[in-house]
Amino acid sequence: MASLATAQDAAAAAPAAPPAINWTDSAWVAVSTALVLLMTPALALFYAGMVRRKNVLSTMMHSFIMLGIVSVLWLVAGYSLAFGKGTTAFIGSLEFLMGNGVSMKESYPHAAQTIPHGLFMLFQMMFAIITPALISGAIAERMKFSGYLLFTTLWSLLIYAPVAYWVWNPGGWLFAKSALDFAGGTVVHLASGASALAACIVLGRRRALEHNEPILPNNLTTTLLGAGMLWFGWIGFNAGSALGMNDIAISAFASTHIAAATGMLGWLICEKMRFGKPTALGAASGLVAGLVGITPGAGFVTPVSGAIIGLIAGAACCFAVSLKHKFKFDDSLDVVGVHGVGGFLGAILTGIFASVEVNSAVQGALDTNNGRGGLIMTQLIGVLTVGAFAFIGTMILMKIAQAVTGVRTSDGQESEGLDLALHGEAGYNL
Amino acid sequence: MTKIEAYIRTQRLEEVQEALEAADVSGMTVTEVRGMGRSKGVTHTYRGSQYTLSLNPRLKLEIVVTDDQVAEVVDAIQKAATTNEVGDGKILIIPLADVIRIRTGERGDASLA
Repeated sequence: MASLATAQDAAAAAPAAPPAINWTDSAWVAVSTALVLLMTPALALFYAGMVRRKNVLSTMMHSFIMLGIVSVLWLVAGYSLAFGKGTTAFIGSLEFLMGNGVSMKESYPHAAQTIPHGLFMLFQMMFAIITPALISGAIAERMKFSGYLLFTTLWSLLIYAPVAYWVWNPGGWLFAKSALDFAGGTVVHLASGASALAACIVLGRRRALEHNEPILPNNLTTTLLGAGMLWFGWIGFNAGSALGMNDIAISAFASTHIAAATGMLGWLICEKMRFGKPTALGAASGLVAGLVGITPGAGFVTPVSGAIIGLIAGAACCFAVSLKHKFKFDDSLDVVGVHGVGGFLGAILTGIFASVEVNSAVQGALDTNNGRGGLIMTQLIGVLTVGAFAFIGTMILMKIAQAVTGVRTSDGQESEGLDLALHGEAGYNL
Repeated sequence: MTKIEAYIRTQRLEEVQEALEAADVSGMTVTEVRGMGRSKGVTHTYRGSQYTLSLNPRLKLEIVVTDDQVAEVVDAIQKAATTNEVGDGKILIIPLADVIRIRTGERGDASLA
């Protein structure tokens, strides 16, 4: 994160006293934490509008239940596995198990931060919650609830926590290589996109696709509302990742907002040229693609670079969502096309556009990697490794869930709709 | 007593309603329906996935009139509902055995007055 350079400086100058808590920084990160929390219900709305009316509640539950489960998992063990001091470069430790040793008065002991450790844990918790919820878009309308719960629990502890450790923990191997991921382009978006591809391959295609039935969104106004709330919450996600109220937070705010705007425009231009009509769903999808694209680079790039990154991400993702037709995988709500492709591009573009003037940490990353070309290579190694790990790991975890609880609903349940079949309720009644 | 059942384009409702008012029709039931006929389906595009829906949205109007009103009402609907394109719909004329007004129990033409 943005504390990268200061963290390394502090490590070099050890054993320096930890910096004092700055309550202005803390206030901003507390607000940002609440903003990121809002993104999970926003994602529920974003996804819910796109599915058929018989699956609207089951789709929203995929996001909401993560607020229930991952919050607890994170406190119990996830945070410690991701941010505890590990003995290897691959996974943390049990030092913060059950929130043990997470002070509400003093800062995180393994990096130079000016906010209470407890606040850092909470901020990170919100990221851990939304990431598996993102995957749920790929498995919508046909996954067993029990299988989803088992899979996401395992995924949170065995895939998310290690990847967060690699990238953000000062002990992680990608952190040591100075890979730049300001707010989670690789940890959150690339990881969820690669996992989404594996999950929907294991699950198989929806019956309606095999029978050539049209799959029509039940209410795209809900999707637009969700997209708007995601945009709002994403300011906390990216600008909050500065972990303080400072110039880097403002830079992240600016590049994030601009990238959402150009992402929307990029998608709409591409859509107009390919299909003749600009759509509201395209506007919503494009702004999310722009936000995904800027996530790793926010806080490292100028607003103009942010605009370029957003435009590229929006246009590229508009093309990428057609891949599923070509390769016949049923990524219901385009998690691969938006988060996977957007996360991949964002990481590379961050290597290209990261600016020393915006963030002095970029100088450290350039020095460690012997210049711009080396940094871009490191970014590429980061996304390829994380992508492969998330993809293969998800394959294995989905197979485990398949063996233990089953992952696919029956044909009858899928036809009836998961809301009634799995939850005994309907989203819309006359 | 006769029931006139008309399937019309959604966007012609206002014109038809005005024509019916001019013809002194006092009651009507309107239902949103989907159906197929000789017109082509409508293509929807969602993130580039295109679906052509074979069932098109239309409105079903149900109007009950006395037998001497039938010709005038059918003529009003036909003129108001047409766009001269394939897919303007159909008008069905259905004789009724009886009609009862629920509040008073009146039957036949009296129930329509």
